Amino acid sequence: MDLANFLIQLLNSAQYGLLLFMLAAGLTLIFGIMGVVNLAHGSFYMLGAYLAYWLMGLSGSLTVAIIGGTLLMVLFGLLLEKYLFRYFYERDHLDQVLLTFGLIYIFEELRSILWGDDVHGVAVPALWEWSIQLTDNLSYPGYRLFMSGVCIVFALALYFLISKTKIGMKIRAGAFNRDMAESLGINIGRIHALVFAIGIALASIAGMVAAPVSSVYPNMGSQVLIMCFVVVVIGGIGSVRGALIAAMLVGLVDTFGKVLLPQVSGMLVYVLMALVLLWKPEGLLKQ
Amino acid sequence: MTSRRLVLTRSATLVGAASTGLLLPEIVRAQSAKVRVGFMLPYTGTFAQLGVAIENGTRLAIDQQGGKLGGREIEYFKVDDESEPSKGIENATKLIQRDKVDVLIGTVHSGVQMGIHKVARESGVLNLIPNAGVHIATRAQCAPNVFRTSFSNSQPTRALGKAMIDRGHKKAVWITWKYAAGDEAFEGFKESYTAAGGTIIKELGLPFPNVEFQALLTEIAALKPDAVACFFAGGGAAKFIKDYAAAGLKGKIPLYGSGFLTEGMLDDATAPSAQGIMTALHYSDSLNTKRNQEFRLAYAKTFRMQPDVYAVQGYDTGLLLTQGATAVKGDLNNKKDLYSALENAVVDSPRGKWTMSKSHNPVQDMYLRVVEGKENKVLGVAVKALADSGAGCRMG
Repeated sequence: MDLANFLIQLLNSAQYGLLLFMLAAGLTLIFGIMGVVNLAHGSFYMLGAYLAYWLMGLSGSLTVAIIGGTLLMVLFGLLLEKYLFRYFYERDHLDQVLLTFGLIYIFEELRSILWGDDVHGVAVPALWEWSIQLTDNLSYPGYRLFMSGVCIVFALALYFLISKTKIGMKIRAGAFNRDMAESLGINIGRIHALVFAIGIALASIAGMVAAPVSSVYPNMGSQVLIMCFVVVVIGGIGSVRGALIAAMLVGLVDTFGKVLLPQVSGMLVYVLMALVLLWKPEGLLKQ
Repeated sequence: MTSRRLVLTRSATLVGAASTGLLLPEIVRAQSAKVRVGFMLPYTGTFAQLGVAIENGTRLAIDQQGGKLGGREIEYFKVDDESEPSKGIENATKLIQRDKVDVLIGTVHSGVQMGIHKVARESGVLNLIPNAGVHIATRAQCAPNVFRTSFSNSQPTRALGKAMIDRGHKKAVWITWKYAAGDEAFEGFKESYTAAGGTIIKELGLPFPNVEFQALLTEIAALKPDAVACFFAGGGAAKFIKDYAAAGLKGKIPLYGSGFLTEGMLDDATAPSAQGIMTALHYSDSLNTKRNQEFRLAYAKTFRMQPDVYAVQGYDTGLLLTQGATAVKGDLNNKKDLYSALENAVVDSPRGKWTMSKSHNPVQDMYLRVVEGKENKVLGVAVKALADSGAGCRMG
């Protein structure tokens, strides 16, 4: 592998890692702050992608689709939180697993009723349909740069929200000690609803942004869900910064594994997870 | 050696069979009842359209010949296999024990096929496979009562090797999903390509059904092969075609594949990226023969949609079944003559005439096709009368 190729593969790793981070950040937040194991997180990614496909068909613009789709998903998330998840905060993790596992089936069926079982392509917006010639026979699609850009913007926004704002302070307080925060006058219910909405927004935006490069297809959520859990476990459950580091690591191992050790590439990410857990049983950064 | 337990279980099976009527004198069943034809196909899920196309094709072929099998009326039974391997045995058993079908037609998914295969081998009921290309069903575990009317997984890729060498592509990279069907497709490519004098410089793969191809495409660009050969199907195929073009490889490194790469993929979103892709398959919608045009017209008139390769495979299943049933005058229990008729059948298919190999898999022409506009244009026959090796098959 020469230097140019090495650098391009690094770029590929970073792009994949950033997308994984968008997904895993919501999962780790919901678990860390609300204590809910949300297996349906991948379904929000899937619903986001299908919304992008549907709204883009109606409006013809990916920007409109992303904004409209995010609003719809946030609304959907708030309703879910209010009428379903709220009743499960205090209950056993097993109950939560059963609930969210059931939700996966409901969301898949809903998807089947609304949009059918076909695979659909989503067109890359004309604005991003260019590519950069990197070597004599390889171009890098501009849309992939756009994807990475979106992910970086949201990662920074999330960092700013949690560590620099008053709301972020309340979120952290609630995660640290729920009863104490409540007795100090913080409305934990509202904080939970907000965190849940942020988590869903991140997952569905990831789905919408990824739709043009990944196509939309049934069960696309379950595939990413497993990778998300790997990222969350490696990074340390509840830690957003840990999720970022873990996502980049998984991106690197997956990308270079596929190229250098194609025979075993499928399991390298899990080997990484096992090694990290041997070294740090709580993950890289435990909250 | 027969153990006591075996004797016990066998007697129990006999009692069970007697109580369900399986042991009624054959003549009674043959005269009294309609022929019972069971479809075990996916009617929901990702492969639902394939299941419907196969059933439509089968019914069309039978209806065109009077709607009877060897002079007997037909009663159809249907089970949705959901492409769910864990329910394969249960669903096949339902058709055979509850509905007492004389012939089981199914299925699409290779994992589910293995369930059907086990039940078919144990019960001895005739099984016609209208799609699933899993090797073992017509190789090491071939059976006298199991016939395939579609393809084996390595057949389409086996037609690629010589075609690529003929076009001067001596160094190639292979890429697929790492799972059984991908490995079986690779066998066909590897053997035909190296036999024709080509060198495979790298095998790339990713776990099924992962579609993050970017890293592998970068690697292909770095390796600079003369051509790339691949096996992908379904949604992953459309994604691979688009990513290959987006990475700038289209038009620089020719892409070859098993025909399922472009089958049903040439819509507005994918067709522009697919131009020039060469594939091998036993059929093409645009096959310019009188037989194919007649079939396409009849299918379109009857079902108000266009047939595809799966409809053809279903159609051929119907043709084969009527031929066999006619030979034994509707007495499907005359297994010796029935199987011999099926083995010696020449099926006059829309894909071209084909025959049955010793291991019960089609011996058929493979067409070399190129994507032009929204169709797989046929360039010619890549390999005439291509047979699967049937390695390890011992009937009996």
